Amino acid sequence: MKKLSKNTLNGFINYALVVVLFIVFQILASAKVLNNSMTGLLIPICCYVVMALSLNLVVGFSGELSLGHAGFMSVGAFGGVVMSTYLSNAITIAPLRLVVAVMFGALFAAAAGVLIGVPVLRLRGDYLAIVTLAFGEIIKNIMNCMYIGRDSKGLHFSLTDEASLNMEAGGVTIVNGPMGALKIAKISTFASGIVLILITLFIIQNLVNSRAGRAIAGIRDNRIAAEACGVPITKYKLMAFVTSAAMAGAAGALYGLNYSTIVPKKFDFNTSILILVFVVLGGIGNLRGSIIAAIVLTALPEALRQFQDYRMLVYAIVLILVMILTNNEKAASFISGMVKKIKAPKKEAKA
Amino acid sequence: MSENIKKREEVKLVSVPSPYLVPERNAGKGLVLEANHLGIDFGGLTAVDDFNLGISPNEITGLIGPNGAGKTTVFNLLTKVYQQSRGTIFLDGKDTMGMSATQVNKAGIARTFQNIRLFDKLTVEDNVKIGLHNSINYGMWQGVFRLPIYWKEEKKAHDRVLELLSIFDMADMADMPAGSLPYGAQRRLEIVRALATEPKVLLLDEPAAGMNPSETAELMENIGKIRDEFGIAILLIEHDMNLVMGICEGIVVLNFGKIIAKGTPSEIQNNPVVVEAYLGKSHDEETADQGDDTEAGKTVDTDKGGSSRNADAGKKADAGKGKNRKKGGRR
Amino acid sequence: MVSYLINGISLGAIYAIIALGYTMVYGIAKMLNFAHGDVIMVGGYMAYCSVSYLGWSPAAAVIFAMAVCTILGITIEKLAYKPLRDASSLAVLITAIGVSYFLQNAALLIFSSNPKVFPNLFSDMFTIKVGEATVTSVAVVTILSCIIIMVALTLFTSKTKMGKAMRAVSEDRGAATLMGINVNSTISVTFAIGSGLAAIAGVLLCSAYPTLMPTTGAMPGIKAFTAAVFGGIGSIPGAMLGGILLGVIEIFAKAYISTQLSDAIVFAVLIIVLIVKPTGLLGKKLTEKV
Repeated sequence: MKKLSKNTLNGFINYALVVVLFIVFQILASAKVLNNSMTGLLIPICCYVVMALSLNLVVGFSGELSLGHAGFMSVGAFGGVVMSTYLSNAITIAPLRLVVAVMFGALFAAAAGVLIGVPVLRLRGDYLAIVTLAFGEIIKNIMNCMYIGRDSKGLHFSLTDEASLNMEAGGVTIVNGPMGALKIAKISTFASGIVLILITLFIIQNLVNSRAGRAIAGIRDNRIAAEACGVPITKYKLMAFVTSAAMAGAAGALYGLNYSTIVPKKFDFNTSILILVFVVLGGIGNLRGSIIAAIVLTALPEALRQFQDYRMLVYAIVLILVMILTNNEKAASFISGMVKKIKAPKKEAKA
Repeated sequence: MSENIKKREEVKLVSVPSPYLVPERNAGKGLVLEANHLGIDFGGLTAVDDFNLGISPNEITGLIGPNGAGKTTVFNLLTKVYQQSRGTIFLDGKDTMGMSATQVNKAGIARTFQNIRLFDKLTVEDNVKIGLHNSINYGMWQGVFRLPIYWKEEKKAHDRVLELLSIFDMADMADMPAGSLPYGAQRRLEIVRALATEPKVLLLDEPAAGMNPSETAELMENIGKIRDEFGIAILLIEHDMNLVMGICEGIVVLNFGKIIAKGTPSEIQNNPVVVEAYLGKSHDEETADQGDDTEAGKTVDTDKGGSSRNADAGKKADAGKGKNRKKGGRR
Repeated sequence: MVSYLINGISLGAIYAIIALGYTMVYGIAKMLNFAHGDVIMVGGYMAYCSVSYLGWSPAAAVIFAMAVCTILGITIEKLAYKPLRDASSLAVLITAIGVSYFLQNAALLIFSSNPKVFPNLFSDMFTIKVGEATVTSVAVVTILSCIIIMVALTLFTSKTKMGKAMRAVSEDRGAATLMGINVNSTISVTFAIGSGLAAIAGVLLCSAYPTLMPTTGAMPGIKAFTAAVFGGIGSIPGAMLGGILLGVIEIFAKAYISTQLSDAIVFAVLIIVLIVKPTGLLGKKLTEKV
């Protein structure tokens, strides 16, 4: 039971961290300490945190490399935006509509997750990675050709152009191919983002410390042994994958409803990679690390704004250096040696 | 070294139903595991061929043979890591044809691995709990929302884990990561995890590999204890002849993918075909077998009178049974 | 029809040359080198500079680009990947992505984001007519270089000492070390060859599609990587086959189905192939020893 309480404690620290961060940022924002662009980043940061957490479920706990996570975000974003616009008359209370839209975003992304997961989860390692990458690109490509409009009869879809939506006069185009979704009612709030993070944390942490979570981790550690223990492999791989996709979809919906326009190109391979970087730098399987990495790395390019053109270059160098320093034994021992050296004189001084 | 290994009394094997040999006490009972004419080819290479085996409940059977004889392949076939090319496997009367490794485990067969396969990053407790996977009854969302059934089932599982670990006095290791355990403890944990799946047949792939003599002696005792307490059949691959001869009731010898002998430990020890498989051919036998494959590969089934000399050896062994506390490992 | 096929093969030949770099590095260093696509871009810029600013001949430009990329490839390997030889594959992957960001942003600083119009190095050489279709000299040069590279690489890996060492390292790095093969230098040579090929691919790519930007290499890189997996990653003929098939599928999808959805179709074909044959068309079957 001691171990259980340690896990529970860890979980509570994570919840507390998120709540504290919320309060701090809320105060900073209202006290105008944060500039406008920083305040504008609060909701996207929440979305990226959820993305990182959900990808960690696949990469860290299920042990599969997914390079197409932005695809699910895309499905969720467009699904959520379309539903929000579609329901704008039916549900007039914005927060309620946000909740419904986010749930639909999660649902659509989960459906996409099942669609992708069922055929590909029997592939392993790098092959699975490339297939998820391919699916991410396919989703982006399809979204780029997707036209969705709405008139009094309901929703219209087309994969060719706006005209073929065949809407009656007064119909509104919600999604316009490569131009993306336009005239979105911005209903996302920072608080809703925080709530979504808390829900995501709740689901992942409780899932991991349950029968299903153990099965998922067991498959990661040793697939053949898990099979020999009577664990259905595909079921649990799919469970992790689809849960992760659903959470990414929810994040996507929240993200989409934070802007007046979103374009499909936003959710490309680079976004998938960006989220993977959060997960790896935060520590694979480490939820708190994912949260911190997502916050720091989303805010960092903004903070480096004064370096203008050099900021992405610096970002790249920092990324490479961090990977080498944390993964190379010599470098790691060199650093710990340095730390000892720095600490040692202090102790002497105290003595 | 062999002094501290207690040898069990040898039992008589009877051939019921033919062609399988089971301990006399189980003569009327059915077989819990039955393999008929089992075979597998890997791209033209026949790894196992015409493998016949019947195991009755609570019987301990040894599967021995030189390196590369196909012993682990037999395990992989029985546990459906590979699907057989030929033959049938019946587990507790059920045909396992087409089952996956997962399904066949649920049907009642569990195993350990020659190259240890633990969930290294998980704790000892979680390793065993994965073994208990199919006896814990709550769904994903019941777990996520921590419904009362979650707490009830987890408590039950936790208690069961400690109970199972105590077979090997490992309860105090429950919180350690499995990968950090010493080698011997890892082997024992694999057995515990396999037992957790509540099998009817337990397959142990070289359980004593890498253990020192006192550990082996302890393991031997525990295997017997497991058989007695759980009432399950055990099939084990082992190179340590003290262990095999000490606890196995029936022994099957495999060479080049084929069964070359079956019988009680003493029959096997006195079987010239077995000695030849391990040590190479001796002069006076060369004429008898003439090196032709059909003869060498044929099952020497003592009770069916495959060769009269072996049958005699079997009778001798039977006659000597009773207070037969001969030291193991001598050939 | 014929012209589509030729266009497809010539595009595919470019993918194939890039895919060779991916596949060789994967085979030997067991890493997905995501920076490979950006080496192509560097090759393109080097050729562009030497022709447009220095007025060099096309041949000199190609050699210059190859030299720069080869050195770049070795440098990247030494600085970024070598310290991570024993690290997890995910750590190496992220590092490769870091290198990719670095190259793209360095190019952005030096050459700005404005697209450069790449001079067609092979335009005025000749044109061939096949029936009604005109085959551009670029296509001919591309396909020819692809064949030459393929043959040369096959000979190299099967006949030379270094080639055999490369195959040994890709089979079993530990055993190769024990046999006295210098694994580090073998990996360096692999990166050198891969990067040199990337430079050629860069020149050919930019000659056929003459816009040159810091992100030029990214998409062909991903597609060539797909091609390598398609054919069976780690296999040289597989990369060739995968590249050419991918090019043909892409051109035909563009011509007959939908321009916008062509990428989706290419990736969908990849997924179907992998589902049917999980290690690609010519990939080795992996079996896990139990």
